[in-house]
Amino acid sequence: MSKEPVAVVGIGQTKHVAARRDVSIAGLVREAAVRALEDAELAWADIDAVVIGKAPDFFEGVMMPELYLADALGAVGKPMLRVHTAGSVGGSTALVAANLVAARVHATVLTLAFEKQSESNAMWGLSLPIPFQQPLLAGAGGFFAPHVRAYMRRTGAPDTVGSLVAYKDRRNALKNPYAHLHEHDITLEKVQASPMLWDPIRYSETCPSSDGACAMVLTDRAGAARAPRPPAWMLGGAMRSEPTLFAGKDAVSPQAGKDCAADVYRQAGIADPRRDIDAVEMYVPFSWYEPMWLENLGFADEGEGWKLTEAGVTELDGDLPVNMSGGVLSTNPIGASGMIRFAEAALQARGQAGEHQVDGARKVLGHAYGGGSQFFSMWLVGSEPPDG
Amino acid sequence: MPEVLKAPLAVEFPFTRSLSPVQSAFLTGLRERVILGVRTRDGRTLVPPVEYDPVTAEEIGELVHVGVTGTVTTWAWNHAPRRGQPLDTPFAWVLVKLDHADTALLHALDAPGPDAVRTGMRVRVRWAEERTGAITDIACFEPYDGRDSEVTVNAGEFEDPVHGIVAQARLDYTYSPGRAQTAYINALAERRAVGERCPSCRKVYVPPRGACPTCGVATAEQVEVGPSGTVTTFCIVNIKAKNLDIEVPYVYAHIALDGADLALHGRIGGIPYDQVRMGLRVEPVWTEGGGYPDHYRPTGEPDAEYDTYKELL
Amino acid sequence: MTRDIAVVAFAQCDTRRSTEELSEVEMLMPVLHDVLAQTGLKTADIGFTCSGSCDYLAGRAFSFTLALDGVGAWPPISESHVETDGAWALYEAWTKLLSGDADTALVYSYGKSSPGSLRDVLTRQLDPYYVAPLWPDSVALAALQAQALIDAGDTDERELAAIGARSRATDNPRAQLKGPVPQGDYLVRPLRTGDCPPIGDGAAAVVLAAGERARELCERPAWIRGIDHRIEAHSLGVRDLTDSPSTRLAAERAGAFERPVDTAELHAPFTSQEVVLRKALRLDDATRINPSGGALAANPMMAAGLARIGEAAARIHRGESDRALAHATSGPCLQQNLVAVLEGDPR
Repeated sequence: MSKEPVAVVGIGQTKHVAARRDVSIAGLVREAAVRALEDAELAWADIDAVVIGKAPDFFEGVMMPELYLADALGAVGKPMLRVHTAGSVGGSTALVAANLVAARVHATVLTLAFEKQSESNAMWGLSLPIPFQQPLLAGAGGFFAPHVRAYMRRTGAPDTVGSLVAYKDRRNALKNPYAHLHEHDITLEKVQASPMLWDPIRYSETCPSSDGACAMVLTDRAGAARAPRPPAWMLGGAMRSEPTLFAGKDAVSPQAGKDCAADVYRQAGIADPRRDIDAVEMYVPFSWYEPMWLENLGFADEGEGWKLTEAGVTELDGDLPVNMSGGVLSTNPIGASGMIRFAEAALQARGQAGEHQVDGARKVLGHAYGGGSQFFSMWLVGSEPPDG
Repeated sequence: MPEVLKAPLAVEFPFTRSLSPVQSAFLTGLRERVILGVRTRDGRTLVPPVEYDPVTAEEIGELVHVGVTGTVTTWAWNHAPRRGQPLDTPFAWVLVKLDHADTALLHALDAPGPDAVRTGMRVRVRWAEERTGAITDIACFEPYDGRDSEVTVNAGEFEDPVHGIVAQARLDYTYSPGRAQTAYINALAERRAVGERCPSCRKVYVPPRGACPTCGVATAEQVEVGPSGTVTTFCIVNIKAKNLDIEVPYVYAHIALDGADLALHGRIGGIPYDQVRMGLRVEPVWTEGGGYPDHYRPTGEPDAEYDTYKELL
Repeated sequence: MTRDIAVVAFAQCDTRRSTEELSEVEMLMPVLHDVLAQTGLKTADIGFTCSGSCDYLAGRAFSFTLALDGVGAWPPISESHVETDGAWALYEAWTKLLSGDADTALVYSYGKSSPGSLRDVLTRQLDPYYVAPLWPDSVALAALQAQALIDAGDTDERELAAIGARSRATDNPRAQLKGPVPQGDYLVRPLRTGDCPPIGDGAAAVVLAAGERARELCERPAWIRGIDHRIEAHSLGVRDLTDSPSTRLAAERAGAFERPVDTAELHAPFTSQEVVLRKALRLDDATRINPSGGALAANPMMAAGLARIGEAAARIHRGESDRALAHATSGPCLQQNLVAVLEGDPR
């Protein structure tokens, strides 16, 4: 017997901002959850289980916060599962929830991911001091910048490409009411004139620190038939992990990312991702990761990713729009960022993305990654249910 | 077995917690020496007031006053108070159902001893002298033999409400790095970089982490590497990190020590920052008392060919 | 979709008060090797891997990323992680097998409580606005529950002491406490030292397999006939601490009440919590409770729940049980509970 098809029938997110001072942690997640339920026109009683994800508990200083959040998410008396796979967690959480439906354990599942970074300081949470060890020498961007340099060396990409990505994503964000950064006066010149923090990464090419939550309602075929708005159908989904650091690791194009994408494409019957996929929401915390992931995910040959960006292919009106929502560069509540990618992909497939909708988007990829470029989770969603 | 390396590790942060309207009203009320509950749709009064009905999941927000006296529903005698707890002399933990409330609040009860505490006993709030709008504005409960509280005032309107709390949290740990890292750290103290070789794939890990991450087996054979190495990639840091006393700009590099199969991280000095390049040959520079090289400087050798280190990127 | 899924191997390390000479992965790796060796599988043969751990125990963010070194995740593996007890990692893996995404799964979890002060660390699980600022430690909360049980006439200190003594009379070689342990003084009254779990470091792992694959890998697989988990409200003041409706509901959904079980492995860190669980699960003297000694004999945080499932399965593997119930808990005073029902093929 085959798997139950999984449909996304409700999507909700908060307006992402640097600090949500008007809500508790519970209030933040509740807001996204209620919006997802309203989108699906469902009540709390219609939800069979809750799957929640976030990045390290130290960010909010609450150990296993799902215990405290059970009441706010209507989970009392229901199964509640907490996922944590570093930066990819938002995607992994959605996949764990989807599998509950696919395995016919539950008919309708609420999945949610969040981060309220203003409760502490993300850099503190990410780099707690460790005795005997050399202190981290370079801050958040310093971790990524050497890999960007390695990419540039490997591909010969001109150093202008990073700014193009940032300029595009910030303009896309202006069309997304939930995006954190709304830089109305943005120009390419401003992006290019931004200070070089971790050469080759400019300030304008880095992501913000956000408070935010994202939720989705996933359901089975029967649930999708009752849905008030068009669902997005999951056509494939996968997770892949490789070790943090190891001899032979390709930090520019990790094998786990390639394998994860290949698995998703196999499930979804995608022969040529560049031709068969209409748009992509990918996890780009620093602008150069767009061309890097274009190659890793098979949208460009090795060394050619930057050419797509440079040619405008990834623009909102391009041939392969990337990060229509504004992406992580415009919104980054860390634990939620992966789920926002997944949800934005689903919004596109449903035709519900509003001003940042890609016309005729029928198959859209959502991508998340985390750790030392080691954890990957992806799904491909479409406007039509899977075959069979 | 060599002595186990250990060091204290304090995980401490003043978390800034924003409050919902219900929480804000409750905590501001404590500051003003009143206690608020929240009414559910079916008429129960929850104290402390929460934002969502635990039974129906409905959002709730109708605030009502409850008493500052109440009844103990269960208790536990704590003869050895711990850091951060409400009292520093022996006390009882109690769940107290305040008059006019339907649920119980967790707090401390100041009583002379366990024999003076029982379920069903009457207690009242003892307010903290200085109140800021926090659960600790209730210093504790104390035994009470008077009448029930009368509650007359309307609820929830205060001047200058609190909108947030600062939750100072400190946890103390003892960090020990384990067998492989201990050996590595001990060798560093002798200014040597000693990695470990995987018995299966023969790769040399520096620093060793106890397991070959690709083979999933223990590494044990010690291999001294370096001291020189090759810059595989780097970035120029232009932003000063809060906890570091290094002048910017400086170069943060991945360095593959000779004989190691993956790069470690270090700062490059002894050369202008804008002249550092991939392939640069470097050696460690030690300072007195440092547990690891202060930085790496050029050896003067010709740069390594890209092909010799591109697998280590 | 019906697919028979079984626990085919279980391994754990000795639970010890301190493993300061080992990193987490150094502690965990031999357990992984053990459980794989029992089945003859290698990492590359495993369809899905899922782990459980908690950063707060040792005060290290992303601790699970380094633990992954012990798996040998190369070529890359299909893998996930839960920030809670490994019993929930097993649940996630079970759904992956159920959907047909994988035929085998490796599930592991570990916890090092020795670096920190566990009683204080666990206060960080509590409502961050109203409760955590008071630092009520885990023993204090369990003591409030125990007193409620005594007040309700559900137990007394003598019965609690007997539960502790029975638990530590185990022959489990991996247990931290074996044999008679003095009931001791009150830690937080009414709970005495003997009513509380030892604090220790440890790890556990199981292998799951589906259908015929399970029969190939294990002579007598422990078939998971049902598994379910439920959570309750967070605030202790709104709960009836003498009962565990979430355990009862999970047990119902797992089919536990359809036929009696001969063995129950209960994750009850405190003696008083066994009283609550026995009531919720309607267990009588015909069922053998915690032959492994349970959490009162060894309580490696994040691994003790998974170990209950592993211990129950191992008894079925050895032919010492035909139908067993395994339970895991998370959160203060049994807030969240998981129940699995395992069966061996008829002999």
